[in-house]
Parts: sequence; structure tokens; C-alpha cells
Amino acid sequence: MWQDVREELHPQGLEVVTVALDVGGLDDAQRWIEAAEPQHPALIDQSHRLDELFGVVNVPSGIWIDEAGMLVRPPSPAWPGRSMWREQMKGFELPDDTPPNIVHALEVSKGIKADPDRYIAALRDWVARGADSPHVLEPDEVIARSRPRAPEHSTAAAHFELGQHLWRAGDRDAAVDQFKEAHRLHPDNWTYKRQAWQFVSPVLQDAREVYGTSWADEVERAGPENYYELDL
Amino acid sequence: MILTSLDVEPRAFEAHTGWALKPVGACKGEMCVPLGGSTDIGLIAERLGMGLVHDERAGVWALGPETIGGRALTTAEAPDLALPGWKGDGFELRSLRGQKVFLLAWASW
Repeated sequence: MWQDVREELHPQGLEVVTVALDVGGLDDAQRWIEAAEPQHPALIDQSHRLDELFGVVNVPSGIWIDEAGMLVRPPSPAWPGRSMWREQMKGFELPDDTPPNIVHALEVSKGIKADPDRYIAALRDWVARGADSPHVLEPDEVIARSRPRAPEHSTAAAHFELGQHLWRAGDRDAAVDQFKEAHRLHPDNWTYKRQAWQFVSPVLQDAREVYGTSWADEVERAGPENYYELDL
Repeated sequence: MILTSLDVEPRAFEAHTGWALKPVGACKGEMCVPLGGSTDIGLIAERLGMGLVHDERAGVWALGPETIGGRALTTAEAPDLALPGWKGDGFELRSLRGQKVFLLAWASW
């Protein structure tokens, strides 16, 4: 995972900073962080600041920042190299009595496109060559390639934040209404959806009862090949 | 940003949004937007294209990010990000100036 990447590239001047976009805070993120035993900063972003500040719309998402504090790449899907889970899933045979919604989710996820080898190669190239790397973008290109943001997307962000506020206060029905409005106004923001569904259906994200949809349904509708908009 | 009043608090506003409120207006990176001296969040939100939603029952407003440039980023300058570390300590992104930084957003979900 990212700790391995950090071990390899930190001596060459790279620091890795992981940020958990978890409204549930450390309670939700802790076991993953502890398992990773990070030597690098591992932060908790309970109110999804990264969505607002950078335009993150899905995870995992990587942002590159140079020594002078300038972004050289806006957020884009990022992988630490070959995914162990994906390798295991390739040959995996499901038992016959597997519930249909799990079968569906796994089928859909097979169509998701990722390019971990290319991503890690680009990251290594930037660390080795700095500004000479072809993957480094000029400031106006960084801006131009960041997520489009229309007025309704900002309203969606406000509704999402209200949803979090209400959820944490225990007003769950009102929170769900706010999350639904955020989803309606910014339908291709996966973090708003996945976070909301997580609260009612951890792991599987089958939120049909509360939200009338599930992760598998939404990904299928959008096209699994579009789930991660690769940008390298 | 959750607000309990529509009277702007400049320091909190800047810490959250990255927009500094100066005599010339609201400024971020190379951009400054005139505010005519207003301290009203409603007007500021309008000028910066920020969504503003009122929840009367909960007694709060929520303010979304700016849309003035049509993109999530209005500058390539990294914001002054400050977030808690998993051990409860505070962390500031600017403490890593002088190193390349790979910022990775992930989630338990």
C-alpha cells in the first residue's frame, strides 16, 4: 500500500500524506490506519474538506504538490501499484448461495478500470525528475484540469455538509434528506454517495431501502469504465 | 462551512475557504473579488458563487465552495490545509514545504 511507496520514495524527497474522508472520523478510519502502521502523516478529514478545497469526487484520489507548495497535478484516481484485492478477485469463484446483490456488486466492480502500474510509474518519474517530468502541469493547466464546478455543485456541497452536521447530531432522517439533495445536485460526486450509503449499508452499500439505489446500481448506470476518470 | 450567523468572521472564513478578506475585496491566489466593504455572508457568497443553504430547524447555514472560476481550483497554490492526525495531534500542510508531497484521499467506505 502507500506505506511501501513512501518507504521507496521518501529518501528521494517525497512525503506521503494520507487523508481519510470519513464523517465517522477516527472510529471508522482507525483500524485501516493502524494496520498500515504509517510513518507518514495520516490525517482525518471528517467534514470532507478535500472535496471543497481540491474538487475530490471519489477515492482513492491523489494530488501532487511541489516543494514550493504549488499543485502540479489536480486530484485524480491514484493507486499504490498493483491492487492485491483486484488480483485475488480475478480468479475468485463465488459460492452458489451468495446473495444476488453481492453477486451483482462483484460483477459490476469487474468492469471498473484502473491503471496502477502507469500511475506509480508517473509518480516515480516526478519524484526522480521534478519539474522536468512530463507529468508536471503548469499552474493554469492544473486549474483547467481540476473538476468543473457549477453553482449547483456548490449548493450540493452545502447540503452535504448540512447532512453531516445533522447526522452527527443524531437527526438522521433530516440528514438523509440533505444527502439526497446533495446527490441530486451533484450526481457524479461519488464521495457524497458512498459516504451517505455507508451509514445505512456498510461495505456492500446497498442503500435501496433508504436511498432507492445501491453502489452497484449507480456504477452500472454510469458505466463501470467511467467510475474512475483516469487522467494521466 | 457551517455558520450560525451571516456576519462574516474573517479569520474563520479564510481558514476554511482560503479567501482572505482585504480592503480590496476577497482574495485567493492571483484573484481578488470586490465586496464593497460588505461583511454579509449573503453578499460574499453571491460574489464568489458559493452555495448558501439555510436549515431553519437546525438554526444553521451551510456555505459551499466558490464557483467563480467554473472549476474546483481557482489557484494552483496549495491551500493552508490543517487537519487532525490520527493520533489526535494537529497537522499543517505547510510544514512540508521543501519536500514534494503526495496527498492521497481515501476512505473506510
